[in-house]
Amino acid sequence: MLLVPAALSQAEYADVVINTRAEAEDVSPVIFPHWFHRIRFQCSVCHVDLGIRMKAGTTGISMDKIINGEYCGACHNGDIAWSPENCDLCHSGQAGLETGIKGGHKTAGPGIY
Amino acid sequence: MKRRSAAALTVGAILVAVSSLGAETWKPLSDDGLHDASNPSLEILQEPAEALVVLQPDTAGNKVNWVTALQSREINPRSSLSGDIDPEILDLDIVMTGTLPLPNVIFPHRPHTEWMGCETCHEELFVSVTGANPINMGQILQGKYCGLCHGAVSFPLTECNRCHSVRRENIIMAPASGAIREREQ
Repeated sequence: MLLVPAALSQAEYADVVINTRAEAEDVSPVIFPHWFHRIRFQCSVCHVDLGIRMKAGTTGISMDKIINGEYCGACHNGDIAWSPENCDLCHSGQAGLETGIKGGHKTAGPGIY
Repeated sequence: MKRRSAAALTVGAILVAVSSLGAETWKPLSDDGLHDASNPSLEILQEPAEALVVLQPDTAGNKVNWVTALQSREINPRSSLSGDIDPEILDLDIVMTGTLPLPNVIFPHRPHTEWMGCETCHEELFVSVTGANPINMGQILQGKYCGLCHGAVSFPLTECNRCHSVRRENIIMAPASGAIREREQ
């Protein structure tokens, strides 16, 4: 349609790309979808109780800590959610993505999201 | 008569075009510019459209009204890992008056505490004393204060009148320091 700008490949709002170490260590970057998690958990569960900081790339999450039950690993342990052996389910991003939250702080125009 | 029906047709065509945007509301994972379409996990991961289409709609962000979805119990996100803690809900409005020429802002604690309790914001992000936080729109646009979430996870900053919501006849002329008042519900 003429009214829709072309090539608007928008990530789902509030998806977080975490690529602080992943690609450097030869795995795909992580995509964390806020929408799926906020249907199930309030903000404070991750951002207060688990200590995940509200800025992508600053928490210092690593596979060691996840396997140890910290951060994502508090739920992704095979009990509450899938275990960390399922690499592809989190490491699902395209190569070259920059760490950051998508759709954030970029007012590209009213209704663009 | 011909001009009027041509105008009606144009309006009709525009309406059809705008409503067809609904079909593009949520991109599939394989086409969202983030996920690797060749990754086998895409067959297992849930598509956003499947989960979000059933929730109360909105016009911005995820296109879901998360506040009303929670209040109407469409979703029941836990307030703790074990799910056995009741969230602390505070019903207290803060009016921010240093916003002229835009309408004054009302910050409502109720929908925020329904989602976050107290500690997500207090005291690290906001001091819990009225007038103690030097908030201004420039900082918000840079991702500080309200802008930490609004524009990232909650509705974006293009939605001016959702915050700047005090009716013109009720606007309070504030001193230059931008005094803030509390308004009990």
